[in-house]
Amino acid sequence: MALVLCDDITIAYEGQIVVRDLTFQIEQGDYLCIVGENGSGKSTLVKSLLGLKAPVKGRIELGDGLKPREIGYLPQQMDVQKDFPASVQEIVLSGRLNSRGLFPFYSAGDRKQAEAMMLLLGIQDLKKSCFRDLSGGQRQRVLLARALCATKKMLLLDEPVTGLDPIVTAEFYQLIKEVNETCRIAVVMVSHDIESALRDASHILHLQETALFYGRAEDYRKSPVGHKFLDSIGSPAKRGV
Amino acid sequence: MAETIVEMLSYPFMVRAFIVGILVSLCSALLGVSLVLKRYSMIGDGLSHVGFGALAAAAALNAAPLAVAIPVVILAAVLLLRVSASNMIKGDAAIALISTSALAVGIMVISMTTGMNTDVYNYMFGSILAMSSQDVEMSVLLSIVVLVLYVFFYHKIFAITFDETFALATGVKANLYNTLIAVLTAVTIVLGMRMMGTLLISSLIIFPSLTSMRVCRTFRSVTISSAVVSVVCFCVGIMVSYFFATPAGASVVVVNLLMLGIYTIAGALRRQSVAS
Repeated sequence: MALVLCDDITIAYEGQIVVRDLTFQIEQGDYLCIVGENGSGKSTLVKSLLGLKAPVKGRIELGDGLKPREIGYLPQQMDVQKDFPASVQEIVLSGRLNSRGLFPFYSAGDRKQAEAMMLLLGIQDLKKSCFRDLSGGQRQRVLLARALCATKKMLLLDEPVTGLDPIVTAEFYQLIKEVNETCRIAVVMVSHDIESALRDASHILHLQETALFYGRAEDYRKSPVGHKFLDSIGSPAKRGV
Repeated sequence: MAETIVEMLSYPFMVRAFIVGILVSLCSALLGVSLVLKRYSMIGDGLSHVGFGALAAAAALNAAPLAVAIPVVILAAVLLLRVSASNMIKGDAAIALISTSALAVGIMVISMTTGMNTDVYNYMFGSILAMSSQDVEMSVLLSIVVLVLYVFFYHKIFAITFDETFALATGVKANLYNTLIAVLTAVTIVLGMRMMGTLLISSLIIFPSLTSMRVCRTFRSVTISSAVVSVVCFCVGIMVSYFFATPAGASVVVVNLLMLGIYTIAGALRRQSVAS
């Protein structure tokens, strides 16, 4: 069965429906991009996938051995973190907390895993550095390493490149692609950046309260919704560039 | 110097003040790191005012002060978290609302019963003489509870302080730990407020972590440094209070302020040497 199966879900905040009648699934190794305008329910959907907001209707089922607390989540950058005194190592290690249960301290295995992830993302030299001294791109790598520490199956990224410059953004996308392909980790990314989504993702979910489009990335370009959306932003991707 | 310190410690009230003070400064420094980083610094101030109201009510009822104040302040702490989490009223406004109300109620109770007297003055500004041996037992016990819980949940406290959403997503019960921190803070404040004074106890929470953050760059070093700074400042402050007959709370705060200055300069020098 699929890693995640969303079956006809409706999510509401205080009686206000934000997402309605949405059905989609994520298979092992998929790269799903969730696109849509502001206020289209993307962030709410992320909360529900993380198990922090229960749908009022329908169900979200996890399968293939994916446990609810083992989704590697990379949040939008927040202001609160900017002056936080914490070393890279401390932050990456905190991704291992979900495997700790009640036991209060990290094991040698946890430390090894954190080391491996820092090595994979090329931030092992920054291990002792303070998070607040890092550049935006380095910070996102640290948070990605933390997310990878928390999961073996699925990453959930919420607009990870907001505020990064174009070169760093391209590097970051490349990194995600590598993680997706080499580690066989499914990637679910909420994004504004439709062009990169079409280049890297295997599937697209275009959300506007409900799914305007859900399917393979190459079909999105040909679909009326995709056509219109790409046209409206003047994207070259429409022409298959 | 050694002689005067021996003399100072020959007074039982001084020994009691030292024991309670060191334990309270240790606990408040640890909790303070998390509170300051979560932008909840003023919770200490708010809770101390609630504590004042509770102590006044206890005095009017002839009840044991701590037995009344601790549950009331814990309740206020939990309430504060709930109110600010529900977005009904913003966190800082909620704290101001609760703290001024509690202060007003306390003053009403006092003026209708005993009238404004030295007790009230001591509640406000603290007194080195305030600690009874019962208080010592109580604070040793509670401080041990605070310290053990803090060490036990240290990594989880780090996780929810740094990024609450991620912590929640990976199964850390953030609400539980937020409540735990608030409750521990409430207990620490009630224990310390009669010595430090209602108006000054929140400084024990805010100063050490702010001071440490000038220089230290990891969560762990900030935590350790805060604990050390807090205890050192308390001891120096209380000696100043003893030798110059100044109020205990104010003396400790002034020492903390000096320490903040020293750390700020040290931090600036360090940054400069890294930059050059």
